[in-house]
Amino acid sequence: MTSAYFTRDHEYVRVDGDIGVVGVTDYAQSQLGDIVFIELPQVGQRIAKGEQLATVESVKAASEVFSPVSGEVVEVNGAIDESPAIVNEDALGAGWFVKLRLSDADELAGLLDEAGYEAHVQSL
Amino acid sequence: MNDLAFSQAPLVARIPLDALHRRLGARMVPFAGYDMPLHYAAGIVAEHLHTRAKAGLFDVSHMGQAILAGPGAARLLETLTPADLLELAPERTRYTQLLDESGGVLDDLMATRLPGRDERFFLVVNAATKRQDFLLIAHKLPQLALHVQEARAMLALQGPRAADALKGLLPGVDELSFMDWRAFDFEGAGVYVTRSGYTGEDGFEISLPAAIAEDFALRLLDHPDVAPIGLGARDSLRLEAGVCLYGHDLDATTDPVEAGLTFSIGKRRRIEGGFPGFARIRAALDQGPARLRVGLSPQGKAPVREGAPILSGDGREVGRVTSGGFSPSLARPIAMGYVERARAAPGTPLHTELRGKTVELIVTKLPFLPHRYVHLRKDRS
Repeated sequence: MTSAYFTRDHEYVRVDGDIGVVGVTDYAQSQLGDIVFIELPQVGQRIAKGEQLATVESVKAASEVFSPVSGEVVEVNGAIDESPAIVNEDALGAGWFVKLRLSDADELAGLLDEAGYEAHVQSL
Repeated sequence: MNDLAFSQAPLVARIPLDALHRRLGARMVPFAGYDMPLHYAAGIVAEHLHTRAKAGLFDVSHMGQAILAGPGAARLLETLTPADLLELAPERTRYTQLLDESGGVLDDLMATRLPGRDERFFLVVNAATKRQDFLLIAHKLPQLALHVQEARAMLALQGPRAADALKGLLPGVDELSFMDWRAFDFEGAGVYVTRSGYTGEDGFEISLPAAIAEDFALRLLDHPDVAPIGLGARDSLRLEAGVCLYGHDLDATTDPVEAGLTFSIGKRRRIEGGFPGFARIRAALDQGPARLRVGLSPQGKAPVREGAPILSGDGREVGRVTSGGFSPSLARPIAMGYVERARAAPGTPLHTELRGKTVELIVTKLPFLPHRYVHLRKDRS
């Protein structure tokens, strides 16, 4: 069973066991506009919660994406490296960025659930 | 007397089409003191490609418009710019720059000689610099009257279908050649059109009373090939066209020769001078400028942005990127910047550092995409 958690900065992590699938939300992609390049970390890299995970280049500007949780990168999404527009089309699904092996499941408690994130976006 | 009366502008002013942009779903952002449409629902890439394929409507009402009038206007305006304005025929437009005493560019602008017995020029300047431009002109040329056209809006219609769309409202507009100007009567209102633009496409810049701007824009948008285009695509279009954006590729530290704008310096003016910074510009023409504005093709997929250092093979900084982004037409990153003249030949390999990685930059001939201006005859001056 998977459950999704969100940050106020519009990253998500979808957790299944000790693996978290990390990406940016649909609201984030709509704010970024047409995405043309995504710089992803290397498999094997260890990333702490709040550290920079990726850089997203839209037509307008470069934006940093921070990791919602700590862990080790076990897979990166090669499809979005090839076709970054997938993130604009399906941010929460096919447009995921990386899979992390979570190192501290307790961190999830500090994140927003889906209803909390929806309320946060509504308040913007 | 110059009638320079600037209103007490609010922090972020609204352009005449503000309500229309919001109805069309624009994302509005502050730019040069105005709330401007960055893009509409289609997004920057789609808007960019639509302009290249069909026709894009841009609201550029934030730009400054003024009429400079009085005996000797051409000769006097030549004391501030390097263009040949004495030889400019009525109803013809010329691209030029306001220069400072060291030849630096204070702004770039379009100057049109208006028809009629009185000597008058219609000027269009950049939004962010319009106040200081008009104050400078008024201060330096007190013999002339400067009428700032605060009640006029400005639209640009750009792209291969622009002439077809505009001639429905302004019959005969398709008879203009590139850089021709004409005043049209549109249902009793004076509409001034120049066949020019900022995208490299055929197109028109349209000055019209603010009161009719929304109606005029809506009627253009009724044409099946016309879509509204925001500032985001305006920037990517002009970058592909290799055109300077003031404050980025041009400023008071750059002169027109190193900026690649020698074409806009009149042949007579290169000999006679009589404009600010002539000594520096003459020296740059004689000896070649120390640096040149060039196109750059970053190798790979990552855009290289303004401010990035440009390095030679030995790691020495030989220039800076002044504009950079993603080219929707070419589906790859493109940039412009200034480099030492010895490194300015197309094909020269240079590089930059981006997030700790080396990105190769190949000097590339400008424009990135060929211009498609419409010359209907061998142009007069």
